[in-house]
Amino acid sequence: MTTFPLLTLLTFLPLVGALLILVTGQAASASSDRLVRRDRPERSHAHARALAMGFSLAALLLTLGLWHAFRSGSGAMQFQEQHAWIPSLNIQYRLGVDGLGLLMVLLSAIVVPIAIAASWRVKGRVPLYFSLVLLLQAGLFGTFTALNFFHWFLFWELSLIPAFFLIRLWGGAQRASAATQFFVYTMVGSVALLLAFLGLFLATGSFDFIDLAALAHNGQLLPAITQNLGWHGMAGDRVALILFFAALLGFAVKVPMMPFHTWLPAAYAEAPTGTTILLTGAMSKMGVYGFLRILLPIFSQQILWMRKPLLVLAVATIVFSPWAAFAQKDLKRIFAYSSVNHLGYCLLGIFAVAGSSGDSPMLLTQRAAALDGVILQMFNHGLTASVLFWFVALIEKRSNGLRGINDFGGLRKVAPVFCGLMGIALFSSLGLPGLNGFIGEFLILKGVFPLAPWATAISLFGLLVTAIVLLTVLQRVFSGPLNPRWSGFADLTLRETVVLAPAIALMFLLGLYPQVVLGVINGTALAVTAQLKF
Amino acid sequence: MTWIVKNLWLIPILPVLAGGFGAVARQRNRVFAASLAIGSMVLSFLLSLVAMAHVYSLTGQGTAAREVFNFRWFEFGNEWVSLGWVLDPLTAVMLVMVTFVGTLIFIYSLGYMAHDENFTRFFCFLSLFAGAMLGVVIANSLLLLFMCWELVGLTSYLLIGFWYQKPSAAAAAKKAFITTRIGDLPFLLGVVWLYAQSGTLLFYNGGSGAIEHSALTALVAQTTSSGMAVSTAIALLIFCGAVGKSGQVPLHVWLPDAMEGPTPVSALIHAATMVAAGVFLVARVYPLMSASPSPVVSGVVATAITATTALKVVAWIGAITAVFAASIAVAQNDIKRILAYSTVSQLGYMMLGLGVGGVAVGIFHLITHAFFKSLLFMGAGSVIHGCHEQQDIRRMGGLRKWMPVTFAAYSVGMLALCGFPLFFSGFWSKDEILHSAHGWSVSQIPFYLGIVGALLTAFYMTRQMFYVFFGESRLASASHSTTPPNAPNDTPHESPSVMTMPLVILAACSVLLGIIGTPAWNAFHAFLQGERIAVDFARFGENGILPVMLASSLVVFFGLALGWWLYGRKPIYSADQPDALAALHSQLFGVLENKFFVDEIYQATIIRFNGWAASASNWLDRRVWSGGVQLVSQSVLGLSWFNRFVDANVVNAGFDAGCSSATRGARLLSHLQNGRVQNYLRVLGVALVVFVLFLIWGSKG
Repeated sequence: MTTFPLLTLLTFLPLVGALLILVTGQAASASSDRLVRRDRPERSHAHARALAMGFSLAALLLTLGLWHAFRSGSGAMQFQEQHAWIPSLNIQYRLGVDGLGLLMVLLSAIVVPIAIAASWRVKGRVPLYFSLVLLLQAGLFGTFTALNFFHWFLFWELSLIPAFFLIRLWGGAQRASAATQFFVYTMVGSVALLLAFLGLFLATGSFDFIDLAALAHNGQLLPAITQNLGWHGMAGDRVALILFFAALLGFAVKVPMMPFHTWLPAAYAEAPTGTTILLTGAMSKMGVYGFLRILLPIFSQQILWMRKPLLVLAVATIVFSPWAAFAQKDLKRIFAYSSVNHLGYCLLGIFAVAGSSGDSPMLLTQRAAALDGVILQMFNHGLTASVLFWFVALIEKRSNGLRGINDFGGLRKVAPVFCGLMGIALFSSLGLPGLNGFIGEFLILKGVFPLAPWATAISLFGLLVTAIVLLTVLQRVFSGPLNPRWSGFADLTLRETVVLAPAIALMFLLGLYPQVVLGVINGTALAVTAQLKF
Repeated sequence: MTWIVKNLWLIPILPVLAGGFGAVARQRNRVFAASLAIGSMVLSFLLSLVAMAHVYSLTGQGTAAREVFNFRWFEFGNEWVSLGWVLDPLTAVMLVMVTFVGTLIFIYSLGYMAHDENFTRFFCFLSLFAGAMLGVVIANSLLLLFMCWELVGLTSYLLIGFWYQKPSAAAAAKKAFITTRIGDLPFLLGVVWLYAQSGTLLFYNGGSGAIEHSALTALVAQTTSSGMAVSTAIALLIFCGAVGKSGQVPLHVWLPDAMEGPTPVSALIHAATMVAAGVFLVARVYPLMSASPSPVVSGVVATAITATTALKVVAWIGAITAVFAASIAVAQNDIKRILAYSTVSQLGYMMLGLGVGGVAVGIFHLITHAFFKSLLFMGAGSVIHGCHEQQDIRRMGGLRKWMPVTFAAYSVGMLALCGFPLFFSGFWSKDEILHSAHGWSVSQIPFYLGIVGALLTAFYMTRQMFYVFFGESRLASASHSTTPPNAPNDTPHESPSVMTMPLVILAACSVLLGIIGTPAWNAFHAFLQGERIAVDFARFGENGILPVMLASSLVVFFGLALGWWLYGRKPIYSADQPDALAALHSQLFGVLENKFFVDEIYQATIIRFNGWAASASNWLDRRVWSGGVQLVSQSVLGLSWFNRFVDANVVNAGFDAGCSSATRGARLLSHLQNGRVQNYLRVLGVALVVFVLFLIWGSKG
């Protein structure tokens, strides 16, 4: 336990930033209204942008410090903070990160500056926009560090609200319905989740993830539910199953898993692209994180019962989403469906892991491989998808909002650097070895194949169709004769290249030397594996 | 461990670095990029020679000399994934071939691409390709091999689509990547399966490697649910990758289209190296391919090849491809497409050789083919260059007068490809394959297919020769009919010496290489197997060698004569003159000209299915999942409207007391109904119920 509350500091840093932007930004624009001077709003916008970028970079630095101080190879929670909060309900303020949590914190810290950079020229209520982005970041940090349901849920919901307003206020033409759909879907999932945990609390008297997982591991959870949660004379295992479904719904909507995904294409397409980056880069990971941190340790028994249909849904997510992507014309919708596909592999890994009983070292290895793959895939997808949507933002900036796959053609002629770097991101997304996407998918397939061979074989179709989709994007947008309309399409500026370069470099680093991340998360994968009990 | 084994990685890394520098170089730094690329290839070639010498010094002990260097890459669970490289005769031979041919093609490109605006980028891609290919060759881990394999695919994609402004080139690049990926996915599954079964992906690791004795014994002993040995199943999955990369039937469709790329690319990637990677892969995992329950074959090459299921498949696919592609080549008019189908056909021979005769047989043909086919492609490039980008052989003719060096070199390549007896390397390597096929215990059909293929090869090459080099030039008449009469410089011209010198060197190799593969002095065979290299003329008298040689020679002569009879006897006078074969049998010619309609069949089935599946998924999303949501929300709206109606007109009229709890609930909800929020809430509730039902149903099933 560290003496200095680093994680609390990290969580509150963006919160402070959000407040600061709001206060100073509003003041600046108010004064500008009075003075009716043209440059004032612009100056206040620059001010808000700079503040937001500054705070997000500070958070990134702090996270890198945590990464440095983290003892890798251990599966235990580190940087823990624990204080009594609401003693009457046995609720504690408990924070900590293991490899998984730390990686997700890092991902959020990387994605938010990208999102801010991609939103640089956002129009209207600029200070509010950036303060909402930072608020969302605080929600992400809180979600990925909380170890107590009460506290965790607070931040889980906190991240939802800014996301809603970001879509609702700055989105495209269909933003109203997209935002509502997004909000309601997620909210219903959250309510179900809340009910599930209230049920667990009633049964066990605890909101603590680690305690609950330990109870499940020792086989005390089911008796506790039977004893304390009788409901119309229903058997304990049935009640546990219902609780599981409720919790599952919360996470399945967030990831999303088919058939709870229909909010996603609309939300991703209508959100301003900077917000799409937040949604796909960081927020979609909250769902998978929930699966790993909460569902898998606490409800492993229930997942085992439901394994077959769950695997079917995961495979359906993997196979159908790239096909749906193939039918889309809007680049954002294409990448949105492609995101669904990538997270489908995470679900496949998680469900497959939960299914294999037995403790042979071979099985343990496969499970650890799959879980390592899942965690790595989360990070990889966050990085790659963020960069891809960033490129979409850059395209939109140059084309005044056009982003249809057939609107362009031959851009490589006028924008070779743009094409080259976006090509790298696309190939990373389709899992080319040497770039980050490959290792995660390979580990998942390697781990899942012995546990669920047919599911693995069928999900390979997803890899194929994804390749078709992404290469079609490259072909339509960049190859062929140059569309004369875009003969003035600007290549990446030096500044854009410099800002993009670290992200691209990270793709190469993770593709060539994945040990950087695996060394940190492997401990978690082993710990989760050891905790599973069937 | 000697220096060269430890530092074998330098051989692929040097070109990769050159490519990396080329990628960030400015377009105008042409000399810098080209000299970097060529310099790195020359260095790699020298290192390869050192490696070859090292292996040679170890050879002759009866088993293949093999040294490996393995290292840990990343950890998962309680294990580490290891990668490594291996130096054995197979690696050494491939290294020398790839770097040597590569260097020549790089030099040739200096001339061929001299006027291209993306000259720098071209050398960057070429270097990256060479690095990836060399990585495939040295890999001692199936995972590393797979990774380099995919990178080879990527660079091939980039190079096929190098002239990206041509829509046909962009489409061909995509087709190549997708088609090979269709083969790569089963390959990946095989990799994963092998990993799960043997716990390692290293080929050789001091006895604990995945294709060494103990692992193979375990693999052979296990069977899948369908009764097939696990080793066979894995071998077949891996072979799928080879089918894709090496353009075997039914995944051959991408290779002819790949000719959209610049000609040096066709020579390097789609003749000499990348397409041969599939053959190399089969050779590398040969112990797995040939693993049979008893007695377990040890080492790379057994003296008698057991015809396992996997090898039978390899042999059959190879034999079928050899004839299939050769017959298509007969009716093509694009000089590069003829060569492309010829490549597919020759790759079929290599597979056949692997299937029936073992590693040395297949690889020897791979090596000789690499030389004479890159010679032919570069010759074709020289022709195209000399004829001002004309690729249609009907519009050429008479070029031997204008391009004597190209003509001489091309003739050597053509005769080597046909397998003209005794003096050309192609004769010896093909003969070894036919001889092995003749002695195959399973069936004689592949042998006869091979003979037919040889006949067709001689025939289509003769046809091409007569069209291109003999008779009178039809270039002028052709260009006059399509372009204004004052089109500049109609006469063909010889290419600069930077392009012809590589041709001459390759021509020399195409002749001389045969020496190391004759039955009397089979140095190549012995080297790969680690045997002592010795001369023994008595081997000519061994069972069936002379008769097979005689038969294949006769077939070649017959093919040449037939070609002359149809195309050489009377000079071709006009570009629009119907093909002599078409005059003979137009329907057959039509089928061949249209490549047996394979592309059309795929278009009508697989591609249409993909489009259909995409629309179906989209429809499912928009109509079923979303539509279901809307349907339910509409009916809920209707219900609440009805409830309010009842409330207002019936309940308020005096039946307050009779209100049921259901109505109250509905009224409450109806107050909220003006937003869409509530609809979704309800719908999700319904969805939850449906979902729970589905899960419960599924758990029972």
